[in-house]
Formats: sequence, C-alpha cells, structure tokens
Amino acid sequence: MSGSEGNFKVSLVQHPRYVDTNKCIACGICAEKCPKRVDDAYNEGLGKRKAIYVPYSQAVPLKYAIDDTQCIYLNKDRCGICENVCPSGAINFKDTQKERSLHVGSIILSTGFTSFDPSKLDNLGFARHPDIVTSMGFERMLSATGPFGGHLCLPSEKKHPRHPDRIAWLQCVGSRDENRCSNGYCSSVCCMYAVKQAVMAKDHSQDPLECAIFYMDMRTQGKDFDRYVDTARENGVRFIRSRVHSVVPLMDKTGIEMKYIDDSGHIQTEIFDLVVLSTGLEIGKSAVELSNTMGIELDQFNFIQTGSFNPVSTSVPGVYACGVLTGPKDIPQSVMEASSAAAAATENIAPARHTKTKSIRVPQERDTSREFSKIGVFVCNCGTNIGGVINVPEVVEYARTLPGVTYVEENLFTCSQDTQDKMARVIKEQGLNKVVVAACSPKTHETLFRETLVSAGLNKHVFEMANIRNHDSWVHARTPEQATEKAKKLVRMAVAKSVLLTPLFESRLPVTQSALVVGGGVAGMTAALTLARQGFPVTLVEKNQNLGGNARQLNKTYLNEDIGAYVKQLIHTVEKNERIRLFAGATVKQVDGFVGNFDTTIVAEGVEQQISHGVAILAVGARESKPEEYLYGTHDAVLTHLDLDTVFKTDENRIKTADNIVFIQCVGSRDKTHPYCSKVCCTHSIQSAIEIKRLNPDANIYIIYRDIRTYGKRELIYKQARDLGILFFRYDLDNKPVVSPNDGCVTIEFDDPILNRRVSVDADILCLASRIEARDNLDLSRAFKVVSDSDGWLLEAHQKLRPVDFATDGVFLCGMAHYPKPIDESIAQAKAAASRAITTLAQDSISVGGIVSTVNPRFCSGCGACINVCPYGAIAMNDEKNIVDINSALCKGCGACAATCPSEALTLDGFNNEQLYAQIKSAMTA
Amino acid sequence: MKTDIFEPKIIAFMCNWCTYGAADLAGVSRLQYPPNIIPVRVMCSASISPHHILRALQSHADGVLVGG
Repeated sequence: MSGSEGNFKVSLVQHPRYVDTNKCIACGICAEKCPKRVDDAYNEGLGKRKAIYVPYSQAVPLKYAIDDTQCIYLNKDRCGICENVCPSGAINFKDTQKERSLHVGSIILSTGFTSFDPSKLDNLGFARHPDIVTSMGFERMLSATGPFGGHLCLPSEKKHPRHPDRIAWLQCVGSRDENRCSNGYCSSVCCMYAVKQAVMAKDHSQDPLECAIFYMDMRTQGKDFDRYVDTARENGVRFIRSRVHSVVPLMDKTGIEMKYIDDSGHIQTEIFDLVVLSTGLEIGKSAVELSNTMGIELDQFNFIQTGSFNPVSTSVPGVYACGVLTGPKDIPQSVMEASSAAAAATENIAPARHTKTKSIRVPQERDTSREFSKIGVFVCNCGTNIGGVINVPEVVEYARTLPGVTYVEENLFTCSQDTQDKMARVIKEQGLNKVVVAACSPKTHETLFRETLVSAGLNKHVFEMANIRNHDSWVHARTPEQATEKAKKLVRMAVAKSVLLTPLFESRLPVTQSALVVGGGVAGMTAALTLARQGFPVTLVEKNQNLGGNARQLNKTYLNEDIGAYVKQLIHTVEKNERIRLFAGATVKQVDGFVGNFDTTIVAEGVEQQISHGVAILAVGARESKPEEYLYGTHDAVLTHLDLDTVFKTDENRIKTADNIVFIQCVGSRDKTHPYCSKVCCTHSIQSAIEIKRLNPDANIYIIYRDIRTYGKRELIYKQARDLGILFFRYDLDNKPVVSPNDGCVTIEFDDPILNRRVSVDADILCLASRIEARDNLDLSRAFKVVSDSDGWLLEAHQKLRPVDFATDGVFLCGMAHYPKPIDESIAQAKAAASRAITTLAQDSISVGGIVSTVNPRFCSGCGACINVCPYGAIAMNDEKNIVDINSALCKGCGACAATCPSEALTLDGFNNEQLYAQIKSAMTA
Repeated sequence: MKTDIFEPKIIAFMCNWCTYGAADLAGVSRLQYPPNIIPVRVMCSASISPHHILRALQSHADGVLVGG
C-alpha cells in the first residue's frame, strides 16, 4: 500500500487456483476422481475433502480450486487425473500468481478472527480424543452440510454412529486466561453460542440429551440473550459455575472424565460422552502481518487499536476496520460496524459518489400474455434441512402431474449462485412463463428468485413460493410422511395460484434527499453529523433545550477517554455544521408519507413546523431507572451510577473520606419483571471502583454481583480491579443483599458462597447499578409505524442481520433506544444507521407499484367504504367520476380496501380473490 | 370398530408482516406442531373478508384461522 487518505495505491496478490472459473461448471467429477484425500479445514478436520475442492457448499462463486500444498501433480508431477476427466477443460496447472493494482480513496479491513487452538492446553485433552471438539467443530457437526450431515453423532464412532447422551461445554478456553495463554480478554460471544449449541443439540437429538455448561460468569449481555438463557435453563440445560481442572478420556473408553472445582470450592467429577471446548476469538498471523504492512497500530492482543469515539478508525487515516479485527464481538455488533465503516470510509470521498456507477442491463421483458401457463417448479433440499425430513423426489414426481407444470427440477440449494444461473437458463430454454420455488420462506428469498426471473426476461411477479422448510420440514420433523404430504399440498397450492398470476408493473417516484434525526444525544448527533458530512441536509430534533443526552452526565469510558470533553466538542461541531438544522425543545407530532417522501410535523416551542424528508433516524435514547429497593431515595448514602458520577465531579471529598464503598449490581435488571441485562453497569461499577481507589487508596471497595459482564477488552479493568484489592462477592436472585440504615451509613448484609458465611459491611456510599429503562416511545412508534419489544426497546427488522433497520422502510434506529449499550457501541450504531439511510438518500428515485390495490371503475359505485379503512390515506374520492382513485405510491398493499368493497371493484394485485380461492380449493382437494 | 381419528383441516390466513413471519420463526426455533394447519400467505389480515372464510368452510375446511 502506498499513498495517503483519499488517494491510495494498493497492490493485491491473487493466488493461483489452477481452475479457470469461466470454464468450471462445478460438476464435481474432478473431486470425485481425485485420489488425494485431505483433512477438511472448513469442517475443522472432522471430515475429509479432496485436493481439488470447493471450500464449502454455498461458496460464491461455486467453482473448484486446487490445494497446491496437497495436489500430487503440482508437488510430484504425477497424476493429473482431474485434467483428464474435466468435461470443460477448466484445469490449468500452469496457473500463476497474479498481481493487481487498485486506485482507491479509502480502505476497510474486515479480515475477521481465527478460533483459538486448544491443542496447546494439555489439561483439556484436545487432539488426544476425537470426542473432545472445539465449538467451531461442534458447529460443523450440527450443520446439514457438515461432516455428519447434521446428525448428532460421536466423532470417535464413525463406523457405527452413536448419539451422545451427555455433552459438556467448557467456557473461556483461550479467553480470560493469562496463565496458559496470553489472551487476557473475554471473547464476548462464547457464552451465548454455547447456550445456543446446547439448545440446538437437544433439538437435534431424538433421545433425551443432557447438556451441561461449565462457566465462570454467564456473559449473555445482548438484546434478548438473558431470556434465551432462561428458556434454555427451563428446558433442562444445566449451568455449572466452576473452574475446570482437567479433561481426561477414560482408559476403558466409557467416556471422558471431567474434574472441576464447584462454586463452594469442592472438587467434583463427572463423565461425559462429548466435550465441547468453547474456544475464544483471536487474530490470525496473516491479519497481523497485513496490519504491520499497512503500518496500523495494534493493541497488546493484536486487535487493531481503535478509540471509543472512533470505533471503526485505525491509526492510519483513510484506513478503517470492523468486526472482530478491532476486538471480540458478536454478529449484530459486527454488522453494525460494517455499515459504520462504510459510512466512515466514504465520508471524505463523498463527492465521488456515483462517478463510477454502471447500471445493470435488464433484458427486455417477454410478453407472455397470449401464452398458456408453462410453469417451472424447483424443489429445494436445502442441504438436509428439507431433504432430511421430506421425501423430495416424491414431491418432484408429484409436481410433474400438476396442471400447467411443464418443467420440474430438484436442487440441493436452490438459492446457490450456480442454481440461479441454471434457473435463468432453464426459463429461457423451456420457455417457462411462471416459476414456483418450493423451498424456504418468501420473506427471506423471494427477492433473490425474482431477480433471477427478471434476468431471464420474465416479470418478477409471476413467481410463487411454497414454504416447505419453515412451515413444514422444520416444524413436522417427527412425522416425515405427513410432512411430505403437506409439501405436496403446498406445492399444489402454489401452482394453482401461479396459473392465475399476471405480470405487475412498477414506476419511479422522486426521493427527498434529506433526513430527520429524532434525539440529540451522542447517537443522534453522530448520525446527523455523518449524514451532513456525506452531503445530505439533516433536521435534528431534540426534546430538551440542550444537546448531549445521558452522555452529559458521564465521566470517562473504560479506556479512560474523557466523555465530557468529547460531547462538548461534538455539540459544537453539530451546531456549527451548516447542513444541520437544529430544533431544540421540539417533539414530533405527526408523520405523513413514506420512504423517500415523508412529511413530518414537529412542534418546537409551541410552533408547528413542516419538515419534508426522505428518511428518519430514531435515536431517542433511554434513561437510568430510579431503584425502588435498597433504601434508595430514603437514605443519603445510597446512590445510582449517574448520582455517583455527579459526586466525582462536584464532591470529590466525599469519595476521599469514605472508608467503605459498596456496589450492588443488577438492581432491577435480570429479574422476573425486567429479564434483560443493562449491559453497561458491570464496567461502570468497576471503572468507578478503580477511580475511587485512585482518589482514596485506603478505601475498602466491595462489588456485590451476579455475573461480572466485562465483555471483550473490558475484562482488563476487571483484572486491574482485583489486582487493586477491590473485593467481589457473588449473590443469587433468591438471596439478595439486605440493606438497613445505620446512622450516616448503611449496613449491607450478604452471603459469601466461598467463605460460606454471612458478611456485613457498613458503607459510607452504596452505589446501585440500577436498570437502564426504555422511554415511553408509544406516540413516536405509532407516528413512524414502528414497534417496540416487550421490554420497551425499539424493535429492529432482524436482530442479527438488520440491526439498525426497522421493518418500516426508510426509518432506522440507533443508540440506547435499541438496547442499553456503552458509548462506543452507540457511536458505531449511529454511523451504521446513517450509512443505511444513505442507501435510500443516495438515490434520486424509488420504485413504486407492484403489489398494490387497483380499482375497476366499471364496478365501483363510489360508496367510499374503502376510504375509511385505508390506514395509509391512499384512497380518495374522484368527485368528477364519482368513483375512488388509489395513489399507488401511498398504497402499502395491505388489501383492506379489497376486503371491504361490497362489489369487489378493488383488488389487491398479486393476492386477488381468484388467486386466494384457487389456493383454498387446491388445499382442500386431496 | 371405527379406528379413524378425526384430523381437522385448518386453513390459516397469515399476514405477511406478522403471523407469516412468526410461523417462519416457529420453524427457525424448531417448534413442533401437527401438520393440520394449511398456511395461506396474505399481505394483511385486513384483506380477509367473510367471503374467504366462507369459501374455506364451503371447501370443507374444519376450521379457519386468521392471524394478523
């Protein structure tokens, strides 16, 4: 890499694959004939592959490659069988390394992590017994495309498959460990994935399966994670708080013996069939070399060093990073950071937008109006997800008998790129004019298949899906015969509907290229500033008179960065930015319109204002709750976190003169009424405790907790706190500490599980880690047509893959309104929301039409019943003709009008009565 | 002796935005239920009129579920 921000020259090395991707048709004959079998790294060595291979079944592009470390021809100049058997002459043993040079403005690194190799830890027995596997290995074992086809079997007994009866998970292997490896950090994701694997293992097992998770602290701090853990516990997953001493395969081959020290300090022994090591995340050698080549600063663990206020920026200007490369994190956070990095990387090169855009050439749509139905049916196995339950060949044969069907095909993965290419080819060759895919859900895959139809010259609406996975094989797994019958029924219904499908057309509508951001905290300001820097005008609405939100009360991040100074600077930058129009003391009153064309009424200091905008970002934050227990509000010694932060700022003497300071964690969190984790409190308490020790080294500090959740690199301050002599005591929900007044102090009594006795402390300050709670967002959610979950957090479109989108188009979310989170995560999410908003704002028009209601003027009597039921105000009376008109840009395609119309003058295109009746009829005829 | 067990056929009109998604999630969560439910995807439960329900019953459905 050379050059600098905005003007980099990058040279890339492309390693030879010895297969011409233009010629390879992925028929697989080469791999079938290849004599060299090697361990399959993708399946964690649990299975074998050939020296010529596809890395995994959904690889893009689906083309073979030769492993040049294993190939007999490349190493010994013998064999060459693949070259002889390849029907398309794609093998090229003379392939060489290619160099490419790119000229780019910014660079994003997202090279990910490698899983910790536990073979260096000899007490865990990995590599000494095949039934001791890593979590990655177990993930492959559960996968339909994995070494055992998704069946839960013991790797040691390949010849006579045997199900395990007892599985143990060992947490923190290669994490939170500075003695046996140098990974002092917490890998953040292992607790949750272990619980998920235990739940899935139970699900995969026909017989009762015993699952036990051996852990130190259960770190499931993400949104809805604690609920998942509670459900797992109710379903019989055992959670054992312990330190594991050793894992030893028994000599008589009857299992694997595990010795551990339980909560009370006693040594226990248990026998398991299978042991899963929950290995941590670390940065691989090649990623480190890449960072070194580029001159990027790394931290002590080889993660790329980033700051809380610039979570995706590296030490080299113009180079950004996201995902685990900058520290351990889960999928939602990685996805957020990815969007965030995209926004950050394009900020300085925004004027170049669209200068190199090429548009896709869509083939001319074929006129099929005068053709009889020629329906193609594609039945998917989805690996073994469908094929493992449903008799797919039987469904295929059945589909051939259905009226209108002229072509039927069975696929392993209908969604894979090569099947899509083939589908387009088949549509043209067979002259198909309608397509039915029997596979998964239209909610996830309809768009993909429709694109294929368009590329083959068909209208995208002459397509129907039969959901034989989510609604059939997955939910009727125990009755495969009935599931097969149901699959036939679903295919029959889809075919019956598709006979009646007609092409639908869409048109373009202009987009208002500006944004509305609701909420002027750190998240809202960051989102507004990101959009403004990308060139889009922003209206920022803040309910209070001042910007800054909760961050105004905070002191420092866990990395010791000064939040006060940052927020001050951020407010100044926002106020100075000429593209941001700021309304303080303002609220949203009403929202009209839809993605690309919103008209919002805000009330600022009693005056109504109309704002036109194309997108909206909701960043309304959350608040610290006021505890109703532990004498809060009745005794002056009892504070919350924000109260304590104020004491640090205004009354340092109170800290300096205190003898005993106690923190109680999870106050009002993780209980029956509020079963979620507030995520920031463990770190905040420990950080405050360390600060107290700095000011008053003689103070005794006690932290009474349930699980310490200092995830990721926050673990380092937990270690630091223990080194400083801060004492940690664990309590359970059914045995909470008891607080009573004692003059100027409060007395806290609690049981210590290690000493096995009751402890009492007289505290000068008792700091309660009170729950963070959602604001009352009911009016706002109604106005923007978005929803909240049962805890009051605004609900994203998909918790893993669309963490900043709402299900409603053009509306996005960020910050604590989504879930409690520390400032670095709020900033990353805010940039991500802006990034997602730009995907709409950067277009000058959007497509409307398709599945919308239309009116047949001959049948409409002008009664107006439909006008009242339309929730989107899309229908109006045409006074001239005395019938109704429908605005297809406002129509969301709900069909309420069609159901209301007494004369069936209104129809919902794509879901009309004839089509529904056909589905009902075919559902009932055997 | 009559051995046939009554197996009801239930037509379920499912709103694309909620019930259909929930039924998808039931699959993702591997919740097991009897296969008597026959799903029909609609864009909103409001698009179901008495005509559709009557048509289902006339076609010998034993029950109709409208989820929205």
